Amino acid sequence: MINLKNILLLIITFSLLQFYALNVNARIIKVQKQSELLEALRNAKAGDKIWVYEGQYQVNNLLINKPIELIGKNLPIFDGLYKGEILTIKSDNVVVSGIQFQHVGVTSVIDWAAIKVIESRNVLIEKNKIIDCYFGIYLSASNNCTVDNNEVHGSPSNEQNTGNGIHFWKCDSLFVKNNFVEGQRDGLYFEFVTNTTVERNVSIRNIRYGLHFMFSHKNSYAYNTFDSNGAGVAVMYTKFVKMHHNIFKNNWGSAAYGILLKDITDSEIEYNIFDNNTMGALLEGCNRINIVQNEFKHNGVAMRIQANCEENTIVNNNFINNTFDIATNGNVVSNTLDSNYWDKYEGYDLDKNGIGDINYRPVSLFSTLIERMPQAMMLLRSFTATLLDKIEKVIPSFTPENLKDDRPLMLPFKIITSDYDPL
Amino acid sequence: MIRFENIYKKFGNQVVLHDICIDFEMGQSIAIVGPNSSGKTTLIKILLGMVIPDKGNLFFDDILIANNHKYRGKIGYMPQISQYPPNLKIYQLIEMMTDIRKNAGWKGTPDNELIKAFDIETFQNKTMSTLSGGTRQKVGAALAFRFDPSVLILDEPTAGLDPASCEILKDKIQKEREKGKLILITSHIMADLEELTDHVLYIQDSQIQFFEKTEALRDKYQEGKLGKIIACLMKKKAKSELIPTYV
Amino acid sequence: MKKVLKYVLYDILRNRFVIAYTLLLLLISLAFFGFEVNPGKGVISLLNINLIVVPLVSIIFASTHFYNSYEFLELLASQPLSRKTIFFSQYLGVSISLLMAFLIGVGLPVLVYEGTITGFRLVLTGSILTLIFVSLAFLSAVITRDKAKGMGLALAIWFYFSVVYDGLVLSIFLNFSDYPMEKATVLFSLLNPIDLARILVLIKMDVSALMGITGAVFQSFFGSASGLAVSLTALIVWFISPVLVAFSKFNKKDL
Repeated sequence: MINLKNILLLIITFSLLQFYALNVNARIIKVQKQSELLEALRNAKAGDKIWVYEGQYQVNNLLINKPIELIGKNLPIFDGLYKGEILTIKSDNVVVSGIQFQHVGVTSVIDWAAIKVIESRNVLIEKNKIIDCYFGIYLSASNNCTVDNNEVHGSPSNEQNTGNGIHFWKCDSLFVKNNFVEGQRDGLYFEFVTNTTVERNVSIRNIRYGLHFMFSHKNSYAYNTFDSNGAGVAVMYTKFVKMHHNIFKNNWGSAAYGILLKDITDSEIEYNIFDNNTMGALLEGCNRINIVQNEFKHNGVAMRIQANCEENTIVNNNFINNTFDIATNGNVVSNTLDSNYWDKYEGYDLDKNGIGDINYRPVSLFSTLIERMPQAMMLLRSFTATLLDKIEKVIPSFTPENLKDDRPLMLPFKIITSDYDPL
Repeated sequence: MIRFENIYKKFGNQVVLHDICIDFEMGQSIAIVGPNSSGKTTLIKILLGMVIPDKGNLFFDDILIANNHKYRGKIGYMPQISQYPPNLKIYQLIEMMTDIRKNAGWKGTPDNELIKAFDIETFQNKTMSTLSGGTRQKVGAALAFRFDPSVLILDEPTAGLDPASCEILKDKIQKEREKGKLILITSHIMADLEELTDHVLYIQDSQIQFFEKTEALRDKYQEGKLGKIIACLMKKKAKSELIPTYV
Repeated sequence: MKKVLKYVLYDILRNRFVIAYTLLLLLISLAFFGFEVNPGKGVISLLNINLIVVPLVSIIFASTHFYNSYEFLELLASQPLSRKTIFFSQYLGVSISLLMAFLIGVGLPVLVYEGTITGFRLVLTGSILTLIFVSLAFLSAVITRDKAKGMGLALAIWFYFSVVYDGLVLSIFLNFSDYPMEKATVLFSLLNPIDLARILVLIKMDVSALMGITGAVFQSFFGSASGLAVSLTALIVWFISPVLVAFSKFNKKDL
């Protein structure tokens, strides 16, 4: 044990020494004018800190190609005047902090971004504010970077000309946390990104998706809020995802989803809230997903499970105040529904064990009817519709025979949902 | 005072009144008699505006009553059966009727003679639904006389009343007669009619068979009792035997 | 008019049936809000009361009242009152009492437990449905003199609007499923006050579901301000036109 302690001490001392060694040579360069900024970037040595003071800096295509820290004091403004990109980082160990970036123009060939990180490691981008830029923060082929506490505000007026708020392509082991994105095309975008933690971000009012990822395995998404995005959240072609304590809400429209899961396998979806969406969750080609202890409330359809989904388990979720609980196309065969709370359940619990004594069929005949005749929506909640559903409950003939919860809970499950309400 | 001019009324295919022409003057007290379903009630209802004639005009004080409701402020009407809102108290009903009359321009002091004579005040806090038929008749009578109307229409006024109340009512009718009012009474009790009226209007087969002074009838049929005369008339179905004369 | 109305109200408000109806609604509302874990579901349950019970009670009570007051109407007719005063004092008397019963029985609990726009719409449409079915009751009572027939007609009207109509619409949808029926749904909704009332509530309550339909004529119509104006106008026409027809019949009616 003593040995181990000594080794540990040695390592700490060594790394501290190294840190000091680096800082012995490090300078602080203070910048107050545009010309000084360009000069400072040119002259800075590895480890230097550039302090940029409050003011307007009209800059394009700045390049950081050495490990320095670019730190804004009182939020200086870097204005791209819609002419091109503002800042590109091509070096490991760079810090960019406390700067407002604005006015990055639109291109169809290159994705111009306010901050672009290319093939770098250990880059920290924090506390920046990005306003009216095509892409906000853009990381390409970079690993072990952190994007923390940034704000991205797009201008949703020009729909076609908006890029993604925070965009990652081919990265590994990132931390993306505490960011706020609004009014972009996709709020958070991940493609070929692995082993990444995405936490406590807020992504709202984006034109397409609040969060969009593809081919991004082994990531975890927690305590994020996705609110009022044009098409909700869409995630595709990915394995081993963990999503917990997220909030998906207010996504309305015929192609809007709290979350669209397409070809997602071996993943966990837990403790999330799906609130007030046209469709809470849509599962398409998904296998072996555990959907546990989520709350689906005030959705048009809480969950739609397409027939090509298999071996998913839907356990201990609450279904409250949804117009329809579950919808499907065809007979859903091998998914498990168990011990959920359904507020539409009308059974009884004679043995008082908290579990209803008769099963619950969450697919209503009327919802099946609407699939074929959307105009029948006019009769929603009418006596006739209720009557049809009641008859179907007694003699099921149209709705899937085996899609049922044999142990419906009598009371809602106490779900420990996100304690974090950023709005 | 009241003039029927060629009044016609049908209910469905059934002719109820056929070409009724008649004048009533102030000071007359008229017994309206005739067999059942001869049109007596319809005549009264037309006079009150409840039934609207198919053809013809009706004048009250030389004013056409069609689409006019003010004239009814001069009429006191006592229905055969008095049905009032069941949960209304007696004093509220009297208040309501007073309000209606005042709204229609009546400015006199209410005549509370019958209210006192029938002791209505002792049960004025009861609701209508708790009253017997006779008591309701008393209320109906009291209301008909309360606003000093110049025309009184009494539909079977004594039916259902106990003998003492009957006498009170009859005395009241006589009193009003002496004031020169026009009084129309239907009744099956001939003795009452004899006592209270001086004219007879006889209706049969939807038409007025005659309208004459009672005295003249007695002379014509050499019979003292009105009841006998009427009974005699009803037996003679043939119209030709009746001599219609108009006063 | 005011004078007579006052006494008609004195009478009806003491009616046992109206008192029982008020208490029943109050009990049901409190039960729905009390037993349900979330008040939203209470509103859904109350919506069914709104669409079934309120029209039924309104039309039955108003018809019964009309026939039971027949002699009193005659008596009023012998007074210096216009037919208009007589008719509308009765109509308003019944409407106001049933409206009060509804507002106390449903309005108050909704205000307390679910004072949202959905709750407000529930109370508003319930109130208008009360008025509409009182109007229809007066119409059926004025055109049928016989009480038994009149009550039968009243029940038939209720049954048509709450059950038969929707069944017809559904069968039209089934039979003409190859045709575009988008705009027709709006028309069908306007032709039945119960459907209209239901849609005005669920356009708020189930808005997320309604947004899911492709070709959004229905929800964009009822969700828009002008759609709301058209719907409310239609509901007002639904209660004014029967009562006006009823009045013009009553004006020429032999009592």
